[in-house]
Amino acid sequence: MTENFLKRYSFNIAANDFISAGKASSAIKGNLKSMGINAHIVRRIAIISYEAEINIVIHSLGGQLHCDLYHDRIVITSNDVGPGINDIEMAMTEGFSTAPESVRELGFGAGMGLPNMKKYSDDFKITSGSNGTEIVITIFL
Amino acid sequence: MRINEMASILNAEIITDFSDESTDINYGFASDLMSDVLAFATSDSLLITGLNNQQVIRTAEMMDITTVIFVRGKKPGKEIVDLAVENKLTILATDYTMFKTCGLLVINGMKGIEGND
Repeated sequence: MTENFLKRYSFNIAANDFISAGKASSAIKGNLKSMGINAHIVRRIAIISYEAEINIVIHSLGGQLHCDLYHDRIVITSNDVGPGINDIEMAMTEGFSTAPESVRELGFGAGMGLPNMKKYSDDFKITSGSNGTEIVITIFL
Repeated sequence: MRINEMASILNAEIITDFSDESTDINYGFASDLMSDVLAFATSDSLLITGLNNQQVIRTAEMMDITTVIFVRGKKPGKEIVDLAVENKLTILATDYTMFKTCGLLVINGMKGIEGND
């Protein structure tokens, strides 16, 4: 799986930092755009990456966002340290959210994040435990 | 719909303007929840919102949305305007409510995004 690997972009994402939230996804989008990748694919990746970034900010104690470029695909990986997700099936349900009211006032926590990430991906894997959550998303070029 | 026409209909202030001769926005999506914008809006739609923070601009950026109108008298602060300029985003602000804004845009020919892909 590594023979087609081209490049990795990595970002540290701080918990509760709503001012910086989106900077990593903006950088990812800018890099992919400048590489001439199809605008529709870049938009899908930007949305997925931004949802993942916002989730780290809202729900975790901090984490990393990676964007791996291969010849034939792009993989977004979100790793966080935190309480993890109790019930992944519920978390994948549109409209289900554990975000506090303070987060909703900022425009997020509508329970659309994970379903939306899945909707825009070609492959979606999520694992979560009491130490944190990992999401690996693939988009084929 | 052209930006100037939009501003005139809504008695809105044009805060940044990156529109050009080809700018003609015919669809609108209104929400204070950026989660819903990310889930349902389309890149050719006008974003109508009463949320006033930087994540509005970030959301528009990710969606390739080019134009945002802030309703209910929300005036974006300097950091929001700076981020909009960085992303070449046109932003307007009106004192009208979201309901009145949407209503006026619809009776002047703007459509919802349903069936628009």
